[in-house]
Amino acid sequence: MSDTTDNSMLVVLRHAPHGSSWLREGLDVALVGAALGKKVHLLFLGDGVLALATGQQHGPLGQKGTHPTLDMLEMYDIDMILVDGKALTQRGLTADDLQLPVSLIDDATLPEIFARHSSIYNF
Amino acid sequence: MNYALLVQGAPYSQQAAHSALRFAHALIARGHTLGTIFFYHDGVYNASRLATPPQDEPHLVEAWRRLHEDHGTSLLVCIAAALRRGIIDEREARRHGKAGYAVESPFELTGLGQLLDVHSNHDRLVTFSP
Repeated sequence: MSDTTDNSMLVVLRHAPHGSSWLREGLDVALVGAALGKKVHLLFLGDGVLALATGQQHGPLGQKGTHPTLDMLEMYDIDMILVDGKALTQRGLTADDLQLPVSLIDDATLPEIFARHSSIYNF
Repeated sequence: MNYALLVQGAPYSQQAAHSALRFAHALIARGHTLGTIFFYHDGVYNASRLATPPQDEPHLVEAWRRLHEDHGTSLLVCIAAALRRGIIDEREARRHGKAGYAVESPFELTGLGQLLDVHSNHDRLVTFSP
């Protein structure tokens, strides 16, 4: 996280996949930011941590699903993925259950994370 | 200060857009500038010229339009979020062979990249989500 600059943006994802388009439309903002040369960091909070659970599929609703997008993040140089450890535990998950390598954070560091980014988008 | 608002809630279904409008008026009353409102997610429904609320309810689409007319506020609508929800302008309607359209000036369909530009060239971006 040492490369945080005025060019950095934090995209906060707080919704589970599939039930709404929040996750997909939030990730779209992250991808556009990366394409425009911003240093994008993702922060998964609350139900948002479910987005990272492995083994997801498209499902019967015909939605595209977000797991392929998550696999593409590395191509966009989005490699700082912060996850609320407590939210994971509350949902019976550990970092090993996630489809990407993540950095676990706790509540106490949130204010500092928010303060460190020049722009924040909340989904 | 020059403010921008990010509105992500549909009008009438949820509070977000209504609160955003009240905040917009409060900002201007305090002497601030409201440079831009960006509509994303279900907020794109705020741009539908076809909205026809009962006369005894606030007309949000008209209220946004008036902010543009009276204060020069830009009204930007994310094109990707809008198209999939049927919120298209005349040009997109022609392109996709549709008979009607929902977005007209002063609302503008624009790319998501504009949201990032708005964030960097305004002093504050305030988000209103359901």
